[in-house]
Amino acid sequence: MQEIINKISETTTKSPIIEVIGVQKSFRKGERQELLVLQDVNFRMNEGEIVAILGKSGSGKSTLLRIIAGLVAPSAGIVNYRGQPVAGPVRGISMVFQTFALLPWLTVLQNVELGLEALGIDRDERRERALKAIDTIGLDGFESAFPKELSGGMRQRVGFARALVVNPDILLMDEPFSALDVLTADNLKSDLLDLWQNKKTGIHGILFVTHNIEEAALLADRIIIFNSNPGSIRAELKVTLQHPRSDLDPRFRNQVDRVYTLMTTVPSGGFTGDHPRIDIGYRLPEASVAEITGLLETLNTPENNGKMDLPDVADTLMLDIDELFPLTELLEILHFAKVSKGDISITEEGKAFVEADILERKKIFSAHLKKYVPLARYICDQLNRHPRHRALEENFLSLLEDYLTEKEADRVFQTVIEWGRYAELFAYDYNAGVLNLENPN
Amino acid sequence: MISLRNTFMTVYKGRLYPNYWDIIALFFALAGIILLAANAKQMSAPYELGQALPISLDPRYLPGYAGRTILRMLIALFCSLLFTLVFATWAAKSRRAARIIIPVIDILQSVPILGFLSITIVGFIRLFPGSMLGPECASIFAVFASQAWNMALGFYQTVRSVPSELKEAADMFHLSAWQRFWRIDVPFSMPGLLWNMMMSMSAGWFFVVASEAISVDSQQILLPGIGSYITVAIRAADVHAIWYAIFAMLAVILLYDQLFFRPLIAWADKFKSEQVAQESEANSWLVNMLHRTRLLRYIGQHVAIFFDACVNVSLLRSRPKTHRTIDRKMRYERVIAWVYNIVLISAVLGAVVYIANFTFHKVPFSEILKVFGLGLITALRVFCLIIICTLIWVPIGVWIGLRSRVAEFVQPVAQILAAFPAYLLYPLVVFFIVKFHLNVNIWVTPLMILGAQWYVLFNVIAGASVLPKDLLQVADNFGVNYWLRWRTLILPGIFPYYITGAITAVGGAWNASIVAEVVSWGDTKLVATGLGAYITENTDSGNFLHIALGIGMMCILVLVFNRLIWRPLYVLAETRYTLN
Repeated sequence: MQEIINKISETTTKSPIIEVIGVQKSFRKGERQELLVLQDVNFRMNEGEIVAILGKSGSGKSTLLRIIAGLVAPSAGIVNYRGQPVAGPVRGISMVFQTFALLPWLTVLQNVELGLEALGIDRDERRERALKAIDTIGLDGFESAFPKELSGGMRQRVGFARALVVNPDILLMDEPFSALDVLTADNLKSDLLDLWQNKKTGIHGILFVTHNIEEAALLADRIIIFNSNPGSIRAELKVTLQHPRSDLDPRFRNQVDRVYTLMTTVPSGGFTGDHPRIDIGYRLPEASVAEITGLLETLNTPENNGKMDLPDVADTLMLDIDELFPLTELLEILHFAKVSKGDISITEEGKAFVEADILERKKIFSAHLKKYVPLARYICDQLNRHPRHRALEENFLSLLEDYLTEKEADRVFQTVIEWGRYAELFAYDYNAGVLNLENPN
Repeated sequence: MISLRNTFMTVYKGRLYPNYWDIIALFFALAGIILLAANAKQMSAPYELGQALPISLDPRYLPGYAGRTILRMLIALFCSLLFTLVFATWAAKSRRAARIIIPVIDILQSVPILGFLSITIVGFIRLFPGSMLGPECASIFAVFASQAWNMALGFYQTVRSVPSELKEAADMFHLSAWQRFWRIDVPFSMPGLLWNMMMSMSAGWFFVVASEAISVDSQQILLPGIGSYITVAIRAADVHAIWYAIFAMLAVILLYDQLFFRPLIAWADKFKSEQVAQESEANSWLVNMLHRTRLLRYIGQHVAIFFDACVNVSLLRSRPKTHRTIDRKMRYERVIAWVYNIVLISAVLGAVVYIANFTFHKVPFSEILKVFGLGLITALRVFCLIIICTLIWVPIGVWIGLRSRVAEFVQPVAQILAAFPAYLLYPLVVFFIVKFHLNVNIWVTPLMILGAQWYVLFNVIAGASVLPKDLLQVADNFGVNYWLRWRTLILPGIFPYYITGAITAVGGAWNASIVAEVVSWGDTKLVATGLGAYITENTDSGNFLHIALGIGMMCILVLVFNRLIWRPLYVLAETRYTLN
């Protein structure tokens, strides 16, 4: 007992390795506008911790990781690394990339040597240390291979070896497993945990970004849950389970459920009423009609009886949260389903929609789209008002760009076009960039 | 087979409409041309040249001449490479530099190289009085100008498109700018750069041959080389000698293709940034042979160690950044921005005043109108040529491209034909015109596209050969035949390739007009009406202000046609008709 208390006081009195204080990030858009990506982010990372930042895609979590790494400068606030403010990439912080970021023209060995070269370490020592790192990470025998000859999992191992060879103090990882298939990712995760627990690496902390809830629960000692629009910390959760954790363990399932609940619970001061109300510049979720129909059909089966646990939905439909949450969000917007406390349940309208035939479905969808999605309603109004019922896409795009980045505006516009086409609300000529009410011919 | 889709003529993508940086660049280019011409005029003729070796028509001397031509070519290539690495990198790393460098290079691309030669040569002669080094440099400069702009634009584009995660990885692992350049930028751009170099070089044969023999201010300057050999042969009306020259050139190009082009392209495969191994890789017997020799492996190891040492010299290693260095950098930034703006604005004003002075005081307005008219005549020629060329080569190219056996055989031949300097064939055509008393204004025209037409052919072949098999089978399945098949499948499919070829061919035709509109055979001299002839005649008589006017006009016309016709078509091809 005394030991535990000692340990706790040790960690709390020790100064944190990384301290993020009031970090904001906004991107300039055009002359007058700024887009807020991160808002008032504060947290600290302590010695010996694995911390996961969990959030939907586009929530700014990757930007936060890059700010901590010194790759991107924050608009406001400060990041301290061991008491020193970060002003650029810091020696002692190493990073593993989602897309591996290996140089295709260098061999595995040369890729691993890259970081050592920059530090000015001589050729022989470089080789020796690189070979050792390759050995540690299980890449023996692949030294002279080029990245294109390797599978995804092996490539990411090269990424790890490259990050570890410089003896980093902290390891940052940007969705390191998301480009890998499930089995390969599991294998790599357990190898990483082994290294971490055997203290073979000299790393004092791991901070990683993910959109996979189970991955966060499996690896992290602490999970920081991120909000979108603008990105900010929604909640923090300590995971106290012993490693190795099993995803069949009920206590583990319980943790995952808690995360889902935290992610779907409306924060106080959010929108009122049952369903979210959105404005015209809302960042519409990237979801297709076929997908939400599929999800509703699953919900509506007799064995589910209109209600499901979100982790179960993710499991049954094999979706990760980046795929699942846009769907549930659209269902909520359209009043087809309701999400609360990690559960999703179908509404009466949703039931009517899913039980109708193809033409009837289109009618219901069209009515809901006009009623609940202001952007779709606005487009229809504009087209109705125009004498020849036509409008240029630029009008809507520039409207959206007041709220979103250019890329996101385009994405949202394409999404609403797809829904509108399905609902037969309007037609769209891709080459001319013209919207009109009538279907061609 | 090597993929031909890499655009040879680097079309600077992005904007359709010129912005004000383009206009500024245009002012700079025009002012530069006029300035050079005005200075050239002030130099007194005759020029003091060293004793030129008389060119002998004895075929035994030909290999020696060919060697000199090749040497010029390689020097020019080296200079272009240096220019590219320095200026394109500078532009890619500094937005301020890019705003000037890129539009200027873009406009220099449309300056007629051979016309420009007649101005630059005087400057070079003055630089090295009393030796043949001046004309040598001028000739090398002409070849340089035919390669450097292309290569620099291509390199700039690829360096800019280095994936952001590679840049981040470089930051994260503290690579210095120098290490980053050699470890990331150069390898990433290597396949494109080498391809561009090799294609520029095959276009360069035309310019090296045409620039060896030049007459300025009624003085003929002959540099030892194949081009001079053929000029002497034309003057002597010696048909045999012309055939010797043609065969010698063919031999040179074949050797260049086998010993230089193919090995380098095969080697560049190593740098392809695709993460997946390719099924068919470029092959070269030379590279395969060299790979297996022990000596070369030994040399290779030492080269690698040397390269490694160069990349990692301690002087150019990165140092940890602190807040103080960043602050200091910011302060410098502000000063530089001010100086930059002041220098730029005064330079632009200077150029505008200079050009205005030239157009309003130095040359009569009627002359400008006349030159404009001549320009339109040449433009009409180019326009007709590209249409005729299209009508002939598109059907043939498609026929060949759809038959892979034939394509495998024809494609390299077309490539070699494109490299062959058509200039050497002019005497044969002139011989016919003289013999049958044909209309000069019409029959000189095909000369302009003699060399450039092959670009259309081999691009169309390449396009047709990559038409997806399943689409062709779908067309068969539904009985889509004849015109419908062409309209819905084949023409849209080859369109991007065709446009690439056509842009190259048109550029070549404009450049060739300077040597093609005035041709001679023995004592007979045929002169067609056109801007090319205007420039050549004024070069002969040493009228430098008129040369400047002619070149400026051609430059503007080429630019206008490019912006109004070719670039929109290129963008259309890229956005709508690119398969996959």
